[in-house]
Amino acid sequence: MALLSVEHLTMEFPNDGAPARAIDDVSFELERGQVLGLVGESGCGKSMTALCVMRLVPTSGRIAGGRVVFDGRDLLALPEREIRTLRGARIAMIFQEPMTALNPVLTAGYQIAEALRIHEPISRRDAWGRAVELLAEVGIPEPATRAHDYPHQLSGGMRQRVMIAMAIACKPDLLIADEPTTALDVTIQAEILDLLRRLRDTRGMALVLITHDLGIVAEQADRVAIMYAGRIVEQAPTRELFANPLHPYTRALLRSMPSLGAHRDRLEAIPGNVPDITRRPSGCSFRDRCALATADCATAPPALVPKAPAHTVACINV
Amino acid sequence: MTPLVEATNVTKTFPVGRNVLGRPRAWVRAVTDVSITLQPGETLGLVGESGCGKSTLGRLLLRLIEPTSGDVRFEGRSLLGLRGRELRGLRRRMQIVFQDPYGSLNPRMRVEAIVGEGLLIHKMGNRAERRAKVRELLDLVGLPPEAAARYPHEFSGGQRQRIGIARALALGPSFVVADEAVSALDVSIQAQILNLLQDLRRRLALTMLFVSHDLRVVEHLADRVAIMYLGRIVEEGARAAVYGNARHPYTRALLSAVPVPDPTRKAERQHLPGEPPSPVAPPPGCAFHPRCPFAIDRCRTEVPELLAGRGGHAVACHVFPVE
Repeated sequence: MALLSVEHLTMEFPNDGAPARAIDDVSFELERGQVLGLVGESGCGKSMTALCVMRLVPTSGRIAGGRVVFDGRDLLALPEREIRTLRGARIAMIFQEPMTALNPVLTAGYQIAEALRIHEPISRRDAWGRAVELLAEVGIPEPATRAHDYPHQLSGGMRQRVMIAMAIACKPDLLIADEPTTALDVTIQAEILDLLRRLRDTRGMALVLITHDLGIVAEQADRVAIMYAGRIVEQAPTRELFANPLHPYTRALLRSMPSLGAHRDRLEAIPGNVPDITRRPSGCSFRDRCALATADCATAPPALVPKAPAHTVACINV
Repeated sequence: MTPLVEATNVTKTFPVGRNVLGRPRAWVRAVTDVSITLQPGETLGLVGESGCGKSTLGRLLLRLIEPTSGDVRFEGRSLLGLRGRELRGLRRRMQIVFQDPYGSLNPRMRVEAIVGEGLLIHKMGNRAERRAKVRELLDLVGLPPEAAARYPHEFSGGQRQRIGIARALALGPSFVVADEAVSALDVSIQAQILNLLQDLRRRLALTMLFVSHDLRVVEHLADRVAIMYLGRIVEEGARAAVYGNARHPYTRALLSAVPVPDPTRKAERQHLPGEPPSPVAPPPGCAFHPRCPFAIDRCRTEVPELLAGRGGHAVACHVFPVE
């Protein structure tokens, strides 16, 4: 059984007329120890999907349908009290900007120890000791000293390490990382990605890696789901996706990326803009930017259908 | 050929904090002893991580800030002594495009006024001529003429960046500094703007300093590349030389850290221990030595000079000097 199974998840915000769907019929599965790359541009719903898995839906929005089954239980049906015991303990999350997720008036060590004490019966002294061990595990030099530092005394890369230490403190089965390296310099990014990979290998932790960077996905993920305008448009094992991209959006995205050592005079840009959530075209949301679009694309959003082993695509023209 | 832009031994220090007497507590060296030239029509990519001084260097070349020491020349004339009318005359010829297409456009001004502001300030043409010029500029950057009547918030990030580019081009500059001009944009939009910059620099024979932390983007646009670390240029050369035959350990680490969109290629990452040191208290010798796996004793005491070799490929490293 999959560790996490998201089934037909739909989440919407109220709007004049029809509600605006931030996530529309999203389904994916994740096995223990696996890394799923969730890829898309701003506003495609990838972060919102992660928040729904944690059941941290913004108050103005509502989950309109679907299930989030984690280790056999539907998180959307659990009472709030029970979801709280899971959140932070068995499912943890890290964000792009650690400064906003860390408390500025508490030391790094205190915050990690606190995360432990919420979920486990453990003394203050033992929790502090574990916090120092965790700081060492995430590669912070002189962890016993740094544990006394406040977030502003740490660099961006160090803060992200502290947040990771906090997230893995209770040995979660699933870590959701939302653009964990986007705010970091490229050399620090590489170190953080290597750290996440190491943690996944040593702890057998599953990872949902949310990113806009296909390069990161190629290096880190076992499976990839490409999102566009609230829907998953293509999903495949990583090697298969890069060797045989099928959806016109995936193909266009790969062609529009400048990549190292492949100097081209012009990039193949995708024309137009990502449609606003309230003004998405009928049928396939990508159709007015798509080179393959036909009249039939306007009728209904295409369903994800298998085109190769474990490879599904939502396009009627491929 | 006279370089269009030439900086010689430019250093810029900023005060940090104030003590009770209002004196700076410390000085940070943002740019240290940098010499750089841009030939007419050339695009130089300036690469480095946050805090390395690349944006400061860009602003120094435009004389938006004054160097602490050193000289900046434009078409052979020093910018530093210029005042009033002479400086304004040169200002028309050099412009900047900023990173943030949200913060860099006045939300209360219509696109017409934003793009035409420079024309108005420099008293170019009458009202009708300026109107026509704004529409011509909008067309140049791929926006419809109706855009002129609208406000910045009505546009997407990519479109706003087009407005920022139109504004920069309004006075017909020969030199443009693009400071992380595509960094805030989504991949599909980033490609549109990169293509636009590529077209414009050819059509208008622009000389460009393209400042970015993204090696992939720089490789796409630049003719020559300079790599900065902690206020100094550590490697510089033709695009093919720097990307294909990087010498400086920092350049090589940067290149190896870029994620490659090919899952069959195992990343052979060169690990960089630690983080960039503070520019308030830079390490002695080569500023990179505390993180450098190849550092020798000499690196800890003696600042390596940026020495040029074959084809103008220059490296500042004791261990891997240029061939």
